[in-house]
Amino acid sequence: MGSATVGALLAIPLVRFTLHPVLARTTEKSWSEVGKLDDFQNLDSPVKKLVTIDQRDGWRRIMTEKPVYVSKDQQGQLIVLSAVCTHLGCTIPWAEKEKRFICPCHLGNFAADGTLLGGPPARSMDRLETKIEDGILKTQYQFFRQLTKTKEEIA
Amino acid sequence: MSAETKESKSGFRAWLDRRTGLDSLLHHALDEPIPGGAKIAYVFGSGLLFLFLSQLVTGVFLAMYYVPSADHAHTTVEYITKEVTGGSFLRSIHTYGSSAIIIVLLLHVTQTFFYGSYKGRRELVWIAGCILFALMLGMAFTGYLLPWDQKAFFATTVGTNILSEIPWVGTWIKELLRGGTEMGTLTVSRFFVLHVFLIPACIFAFIAMHVYAFRKAGAAGPIMEDPVSPKLPSGAFYPKQLVMDMGFAMLIIVAVGALAYIWPTELGPKADPADTQFLPRPEWYYIPIFQYLKYWHSSTALLGILVIPGIVGLLLVGLPFFDRSLERCPWKRPISVGLFAIVLLSLAALGFISHREDMRNPGVAAQLKAQREATKEFMSAKFEPELSGASLVAKNVALANPEATKGKQIFEAQGCNACHGDNGIGTAAAPKLVGIHAKYDPAKLQALLINPTAKMTTGGMPNVQLKDDEMTSLIAYLESLK
Repeated sequence: MGSATVGALLAIPLVRFTLHPVLARTTEKSWSEVGKLDDFQNLDSPVKKLVTIDQRDGWRRIMTEKPVYVSKDQQGQLIVLSAVCTHLGCTIPWAEKEKRFICPCHLGNFAADGTLLGGPPARSMDRLETKIEDGILKTQYQFFRQLTKTKEEIA
Repeated sequence: MSAETKESKSGFRAWLDRRTGLDSLLHHALDEPIPGGAKIAYVFGSGLLFLFLSQLVTGVFLAMYYVPSADHAHTTVEYITKEVTGGSFLRSIHTYGSSAIIIVLLLHVTQTFFYGSYKGRRELVWIAGCILFALMLGMAFTGYLLPWDQKAFFATTVGTNILSEIPWVGTWIKELLRGGTEMGTLTVSRFFVLHVFLIPACIFAFIAMHVYAFRKAGAAGPIMEDPVSPKLPSGAFYPKQLVMDMGFAMLIIVAVGALAYIWPTELGPKADPADTQFLPRPEWYYIPIFQYLKYWHSSTALLGILVIPGIVGLLLVGLPFFDRSLERCPWKRPISVGLFAIVLLSLAALGFISHREDMRNPGVAAQLKAQREATKEFMSAKFEPELSGASLVAKNVALANPEATKGKQIFEAQGCNACHGDNGIGTAAAPKLVGIHAKYDPAKLQALLINPTAKMTTGGMPNVQLKDDEMTSLIAYLESLK
């Protein structure tokens, strides 16, 4: 009974204390370098690049590498795609023989520009914001919600 | 009530009682007879239990963010204090709670002592209580180190060094407690384990023993009561005493909550073992002991640190054996009451003298003031998350600055990394260089590289001889290690 009383009295701050990492938005979007523009001029299939992102992980700041694909859209413009599958979040490899992205988990497959071709995913691969500065292709790495038809940012 | 009538009752409550014995348990807990009935004077014991539970709950939640290592302890406590919602408040409840426990403990012991409630078949209650007192002081001592700030580090350094004064085994106990000769990351782990696992487990066991032995002997009642065969008409614990106990618990939580809200506990700058100025001061309840220890020097230390506290401890623990009379009136027990009052007053006087000495010595007062200001400044600074993966960050920084990139090659070509580790992260052979920019400016660093100090040379550091431009690059690299 004693512990129940203490628990009840402290319940509100304790709940807020526990929920802090769920409710607080800590990581801000930032631009990461993908590579030199020249390297992507004669692209005939998507190329995998690792971008370094600076993330908040509770009380620490971590630099992690995330895979992205540099590809071209139908107009021939450079695009950067997140390698995270829109279905359940597996990392999608490019299948050179089939000329498409095939997710190894549930066989969702996408065209070179990320357009959904078939399988369980609800939407095409997620395009990331890009910009070009001093001949360097940069992107803003982001996470999106899985399973939804539209692209929804989560962090 | 006989077994048959109990069985014949129906409904959920009756079923639950048949399965659990809840009714008789409640009856046993709540209908405890108190000779002379409920009194405000008896609230301290349950107040302590309540505070202990509060410490338990807040402690478990603090552990959700805390990391017991010399590298991260301070960062995580800073994170709790400055970033986490309600973190400062809960941490303050926990720290003020520890002070409150000491205060209520003193009240509980004093009440028991003046009422002579330890008399007549109550030896085990008293001894379990004394052990609980020691365990609580152990909780305070081990918990104090965990934030790993300056005062925690230096106060615990002194606190553990005192153990070396114990003949033969002292140094060994100290090193066992520290996990080595020096204070370090193993000390934090050990103190953490003591603070959250071992001592609390012992406290549970001795609370059980204390309460069981108390119930077995029965409540002693007021001063005039016979402690062995009570004569006064007794009143039940429920509801009057329960209401008083709950009221006292409420009073405690409101007081602790208000303090935590108005004056949240501060955190000082991270422990810096290289600091030679820092004046450690323990928590207020250890100040009298701290002052007392000042009076004993190497030749008399044994007497002051072991013999006198040993005698006082023995007198205290053995009290119900030495004082066998059943006389409870304080004015009819001048020796024991007098001794107890002398110990209490001496502690208060020592605390007062310590405070006065600190204030009267201008050097000490100035240093203590500087330390308070350093703490204030640290508290007002924004929380900076700890950089993880030092090598990756160092690599990136080095790549961003071409001068540093060249320096990195020199660092590796000269074999600096053999001792100082790849990316200057340090090895057992030589200290880490990450963060050295904060310690030395480029000119000082260059001077040290060309002319290492005697201590560095003994450690195996060579004189670095490089061309000027190479030296510049190397220094640029070293300064970039963050």
